[in-house]
Amino acid sequence: MVTEDISKAIRRIDAVSKSKGTIKYLSDYDLDDYLWGRLVRSSIPRGIIKKINLPDLPEGYFFVSAKDIPEGGKNYLHMIATDWRCFADGDVKYVGETIGILCGPDKTLLEDLYEEINIEYEEAEPAVSIDEGIACKGGAFINGNNIHCSLKLEVGENVDSVFARADKIIEETIETGFQEHVYLETNAAACKKVGDKYQILASAQCPFYIRKSIAPVLGIKPEDIVVQQTTTGGAFGGKEHFPDVLCGPLLLAAYVTGRGVKMIFDREEDIEFSVKRHPSKVMFKTALDKDGNIMAMDSKVYYNVGAYLASSFVVLQRGCFHVTGCYKFPSFRTEGFGVATNTFPSCAFRGFGAPQTLFAVETHMCHIAEKLGIDPLEYKSRYFIKQGDVTSTNGRVVERVMIPEMLNQVLDASDYKRKSREYKYGSGRGIGISFYNHGGAFTGNGESAIIKAKLRLHKYPDGRVEILCGQTEMGQGFHSIMPKIVSRVLEIPMEKVVFDDPNTDRVPDSGPTAASRSTMIVGYLAEKAANLMKPRYDKEEEFEVETNYEHPEGYPWDQASFQGYAYLGYGWGVCVVEVEVDPCTGEVTTRGIWSSHDCGHLIDELIVHGQTNGGILQGIGWASTEVLENVKGHFKQTSISDYIIPTSMDHPKQGVYYVENAYRWGPSGAKGMGELVFNGSGAAYIDAVSRAIGKRISAIPCPTERVMDYMLHGHDFKEEF
Amino acid sequence: MDKTISFKLNGEAVSITTDPLRRLLDVLREDFKCHGVKEGCSEGECGACSVLLNGEMVTPCLIPLGAADGQEVVTVEGITATEKGDIIVQAFADGGAVQCGFCIPGMVVAAYYLLSRNPNPTEDEIRLGISGNLCRCTGYDLIVESIKLAASRGGDIWKK
Repeated sequence: MVTEDISKAIRRIDAVSKSKGTIKYLSDYDLDDYLWGRLVRSSIPRGIIKKINLPDLPEGYFFVSAKDIPEGGKNYLHMIATDWRCFADGDVKYVGETIGILCGPDKTLLEDLYEEINIEYEEAEPAVSIDEGIACKGGAFINGNNIHCSLKLEVGENVDSVFARADKIIEETIETGFQEHVYLETNAAACKKVGDKYQILASAQCPFYIRKSIAPVLGIKPEDIVVQQTTTGGAFGGKEHFPDVLCGPLLLAAYVTGRGVKMIFDREEDIEFSVKRHPSKVMFKTALDKDGNIMAMDSKVYYNVGAYLASSFVVLQRGCFHVTGCYKFPSFRTEGFGVATNTFPSCAFRGFGAPQTLFAVETHMCHIAEKLGIDPLEYKSRYFIKQGDVTSTNGRVVERVMIPEMLNQVLDASDYKRKSREYKYGSGRGIGISFYNHGGAFTGNGESAIIKAKLRLHKYPDGRVEILCGQTEMGQGFHSIMPKIVSRVLEIPMEKVVFDDPNTDRVPDSGPTAASRSTMIVGYLAEKAANLMKPRYDKEEEFEVETNYEHPEGYPWDQASFQGYAYLGYGWGVCVVEVEVDPCTGEVTTRGIWSSHDCGHLIDELIVHGQTNGGILQGIGWASTEVLENVKGHFKQTSISDYIIPTSMDHPKQGVYYVENAYRWGPSGAKGMGELVFNGSGAAYIDAVSRAIGKRISAIPCPTERVMDYMLHGHDFKEEF
Repeated sequence: MDKTISFKLNGEAVSITTDPLRRLLDVLREDFKCHGVKEGCSEGECGACSVLLNGEMVTPCLIPLGAADGQEVVTVEGITATEKGDIIVQAFADGGAVQCGFCIPGMVVAAYYLLSRNPNPTEDEIRLGISGNLCRCTGYDLIVESIKLAASRGGDIWKK
């Protein structure tokens, strides 16, 4: 049997049912016998709860809060850290912190009762921005200094001694803002006791995370909770840990009321009271020799973590590991700080900390080049990292780095060199370029030490094979590519391979659907399992095979010092964006977007193409129109009318290219790519806008009014920093 | 005060006695189980709930049921049961238009509305035609390509 290249596109298995609208999301389930739940939240960013005044609740209506946690139960959600309280108790630390859950059968009446709840507070002064957090405005509330977590990395000669002999030192600060996920399906979850277990239905990325996180609330075992993922209408990291914040209160409500309880956020609630991408501030100090070459780069990386740590230390780590981007500098140091503020806790969002530092280093490199009068491409090219080079964690780059090949594709397609020459700074036209990468899967030995992924394949007598693992479909196409991988190995039609939305009682824990690990790690387990199954497939009626993750030997990692091989396989990217800026209004028109990516061997070219388009656009949105301000602890933009994501008319059709660079430990040579494609478009866009207006842009998002502001008051490239 | 509202839903005469100020979106989803009509934003911004009201594309999250009295409503369920609708569904599946899927029924309605008026749209006309429908996954390119595919596959069917 001659099999076609696995890259050749197939139809996604969910495409028709999603197009017809017949597939069921949680809001389409018949849960009429469930009560509605409504979270009662803090309306102030910081203070003491003096009194909760509830209206008289009719029979069948309940208010459930911390005081209802049974003996043996704990008032926290076990994300990565365990500091995020299921319910505020005594005090509140951010606007939107859960205080209780109001439950009842009639949604309209529930809403009326909700409006009558009055909570009395003794308000305290909040710290909202990174600067206010560091300054401990209102008094420190975490660790005596408002620093949730920190780390330090150093490579090569100590940067301070290099600075002492540098010809010139450039100091620059680059900032990025909050970003809202805007998955089209809002958060939704339901919980009911079925038999002796609690059953959770949730629009979520990581079913096993939920049961582990919320079990402590009732003092039960994770296995006493069954999580069934429901068709998930987008997630982007926003449904990685955040569903726990719905499911914890739902679990307690189901326990107290003895009824099923469901919750479906409306859009305003979802934007106002959910996790966001961490705002960041990266302060660079870069030493140059007399010819403008970089001798050392020092940086301080600050992420606005919000009130609770949750998963943010891991986000900060990834941010610091990526602060050198695609470059190798002779000497380097970074210190990262997770800053506590009285804002909604920040959490996972496509890229998981890497986009912020990559944007920062790309922008900083452009600004140095422009100050020196060198084309940013030429300047950046001097420092491209190669196979075998030392990484930011003193490991080595294991794979071949195909930046030169990717660059050629994008330069040809965009005509970058001519345009970069011809479009004068400040002429209203600009072209920008960025380089970026993304370390695939969990950092270092995380996959073997923490996740320990498992996958099973079950063969049924009728020849069907079922994939059993915890990976979810959230739009990225995973439930189509896995049957493709397995069917290719077994040489059976794809229709014979079954892959249902995971249920934690049926499938082994293969780790979260996060970190661009699903295809790379779990897809590889599926390929291995299929290879084990193949010789037995025709001989045995019904059987199972199981595969477990094994970390390749010879690539050590020390999690205590963050030293060693952080990632064995990176995705790599180059992006070019061309813009035109209206000299009167500052309005930006995107004229072209071209990208090339190395994601190993593509499992499905159409799915990868779709992911690329979406990631690139989400990245440009982050850098341009997606303004999300937090004023005194409250998000100012609370609907899709004022939080502006890209529409079909905002940007032109993208030129999309790939290089072939098979990964040794991935299925058919595939690597992770879902986050990679987000990581660089924002920097290319800002480089282009900045050249078009002839001013340095050092903070995003940069919507029209801020472009205008830079045009009027910004710094020329030649000015001192 | 409840009122009896009668209208045509996907070609069939229906009537319901309820508060005429309820959102048409809720009545379609809750009473007529048209679950393909998705609620994405509740303010007419995202287009996920798009339906045709007397042949015009509208967002029923902004329309009270009473406004449909005596009118004709077609949802994604009605559209995809037709030959034209099926051409769009198949083109979306082959063209890679679908990711998380939540915006897609609205996109199908928008594509149908566009192609029924303009059988050979340009790239810009397609982008304008779906500009009232937000998608966070695809970056729109493959949806645009899929609509082009539906236009060419349908050919003269779109002129009928």
